[in-house]
Amino acid sequence: MSLDTTQAPPETGRGSPARLIHNGRLFALVLATIAGLFALQFVLSDYLVLAVTRILIMAVFAMGYNMLMGYTGLLSLGHAMFFGAGLYAAGLSSYYWGTSLPVSFLIGILASLAFSFVIGLLALRTQGVSFMIVTLMFAQAAYLATLYFSRVTGGDQGLTLPTDARSFSLFGAAMDMTSDTVRFNLALAIFAAVLVAMYFVTQGPLGRLFAAVRENEPRTQMLGFDTYRVRLAAFTISGTISGLAGALYGLVFGYIGSAFAGFHYSIEALLFTLVGGPGTLLGPLLGTAVMTMLIDRLSGITTAYLMIVGVILILVNRWFPKGILGTIRERALPWLK
Amino acid sequence: MKKLHMNNSGLTRRRLLRSAASAGVVLAAPGLIRGAQAQAGDAIRLGAPFHRTGIGASYGRWYERTANAALKIINEGGGINGLPVEMIVEDDGTDPKRGVEVMEKFAAEHKVDAVFGHLFSHVVAATAPRAGELKMPYFLCSEAHTLASGAFNRYCFQPSITDVKSQVSSMAPWISSNLGKKVTLIYPDFNFGYDHRDNMTAAIKAQGGEIVADIAIPPTETSFTRYMPRIPFNTDVIYHVMVGPAVLTFVKELGEHLGRNRPEIFGFIDSLEAVDMEIPQLEFLEGTYFWEAMPRYAQETQSEADQAFRAAVGVDDRGASLDDPKDISTYAHMFSVWETLFAIKQAMEMADYRGPEQKIAMMEAMESISGFEEGAAFPQGDKIFNGKTHQSFGHQNISQVTEGKLKVVHRTSIEDTLYPDETDYTQMSF
Repeated sequence: MSLDTTQAPPETGRGSPARLIHNGRLFALVLATIAGLFALQFVLSDYLVLAVTRILIMAVFAMGYNMLMGYTGLLSLGHAMFFGAGLYAAGLSSYYWGTSLPVSFLIGILASLAFSFVIGLLALRTQGVSFMIVTLMFAQAAYLATLYFSRVTGGDQGLTLPTDARSFSLFGAAMDMTSDTVRFNLALAIFAAVLVAMYFVTQGPLGRLFAAVRENEPRTQMLGFDTYRVRLAAFTISGTISGLAGALYGLVFGYIGSAFAGFHYSIEALLFTLVGGPGTLLGPLLGTAVMTMLIDRLSGITTAYLMIVGVILILVNRWFPKGILGTIRERALPWLK
Repeated sequence: MKKLHMNNSGLTRRRLLRSAASAGVVLAAPGLIRGAQAQAGDAIRLGAPFHRTGIGASYGRWYERTANAALKIINEGGGINGLPVEMIVEDDGTDPKRGVEVMEKFAAEHKVDAVFGHLFSHVVAATAPRAGELKMPYFLCSEAHTLASGAFNRYCFQPSITDVKSQVSSMAPWISSNLGKKVTLIYPDFNFGYDHRDNMTAAIKAQGGEIVADIAIPPTETSFTRYMPRIPFNTDVIYHVMVGPAVLTFVKELGEHLGRNRPEIFGFIDSLEAVDMEIPQLEFLEGTYFWEAMPRYAQETQSEADQAFRAAVGVDDRGASLDDPKDISTYAHMFSVWETLFAIKQAMEMADYRGPEQKIAMMEAMESISGFEEGAAFPQGDKIFNGKTHQSFGHQNISQVTEGKLKVVHRTSIEDTLYPDETDYTQMSF
């Protein structure tokens, strides 16, 4: 695959809308997706609204993962550590210091930003298989740390956030996290913000640099770019978005536990991205939705649901190796990226 | 082989949209249909989030069998308030995230009257807050002290099995008087182990004993030989609560290290639930002691209730399945599902429960219950139920491995298990 140069921005003035929106059809689809998701709460059953709330949060995690794996071509096996960093930073600050939800959320984001930057500095000294192993080892160390410091973190049993940490006031309006409508719309608002931000990052100059590193790093270096910094930027953004998802999950569901920092969750992000389409903006959302609902429906029918999911993944990988949206992009809609 | 790839002309936008819409309907439809089928008032529906897969699968399998057996008896006896009782099972994968998801599914899709059957403490800890938010009565069959410590909410109850704090504190006096006062603790290096460490340390000190060594073993360990030399020579009794797939290796290596002149050994049967005691690797355990909430092997003093319980669930005198002698039950824990169902029945009958309108009355009825009599509904034994802490207190058994079988040598009183209240859920609003 070569670096796509056919979608060059039109020659317009700096800062004009046309210059900012490099892929108008994709941007329209992004807006339509957000509008469609907003409308779902009025047409879906109560349970499916709850399910979509969870899907939106996990899709943010997968979008963070996609930034690194899909757009920059770096396969991490340890992204649960960033999800866990956000989850623990937000949850522990709320649990021990009684910080308000927005402050806890911000702490979660900042902590995962700092954590992913430091881990990125070290892990990005390696490449390929070594990078996968290093990220896996860091993630395992982080997971074991949550167990080791169980007097603080609650270890495997975790901590249940107190009831009074489940609501906050936003511009005078009371936001009760126990309300399904508030949870859905909060999750949607944050998902939408991340999606639009991801659009501007991935479709703009920085996204092109990420793609350049993915497609041909030596050539990018030859063009004068410091690819280590480019990869570090991708890694940090990716880890921060994953941590943001973790913070959101912990605060919305009122529970933090070491299971969320486990290997299983690193693989989930990978699977969601692979199924939806790595390197596509909406692939993680689609992958998360398909996998979550598949597991949800199949688990009510058979205990072998993970086996069925595994077979489906093999089939998808066999006939749609670029995921659902990746295949559609390749065969019908080249702007879907 | 026929080429299955679609070409450019084969994937039109119309076809793409049609395919996406069809896939969406297939994934969403069962929820819509099942949601529409649930009609309040025609039956009592109970959600059962069992650990069908994951690390708790052996427990989940037997919890489900036990629940089916109890419901058969309840329905043959006319159900609850004349309404048949239906159980809807969902697999939580022994995963906290999935535990929350199935709780939401029970509340919003299946629209059940109550949820029961969770065991593993991390799944319980994640699910309990959501149960309160969804205003769903949630009956635990776990052992964690979290509920009685006040960390949950008014919708959570544990009417059958006693919590770890009670279990440990009630047995410590017997351990220090009969096995020794110098104790070495060996436990998994995570929360389950810390619960035992903290409670056992306090309980042994209260008996005038001391903890001579405290050995935490990481959950990822597969070989334990390097930990064995840390057991001091002056140890009177080793207290172990190892769990997980490596537990057989642990027992084998402990035996090889200690040899014949070993100190006394006391463990929790959690390590060996669903494991055959008569396999060669466990020969070393002969003469050692275990905690059991309900004795796996039928004792000489077996009650009629225990006999009836075994027959109903399909378990023989060894605690194995009647259909497969190699399929060992989780006998020390699974009674809690049976008893919880009968406790729910009792509370619902007290509140004349017919649907969600009586939900609060049912929970207030549960809080008003002071205990349960030993019998067919409560085969493990009689119990004191604390309506303020929502926690039950019952007899605990200490069994010795004798000729490869577990023989009860001491049964605590209920009073031994009591401790001062740490919360009062009745002060919390519904």
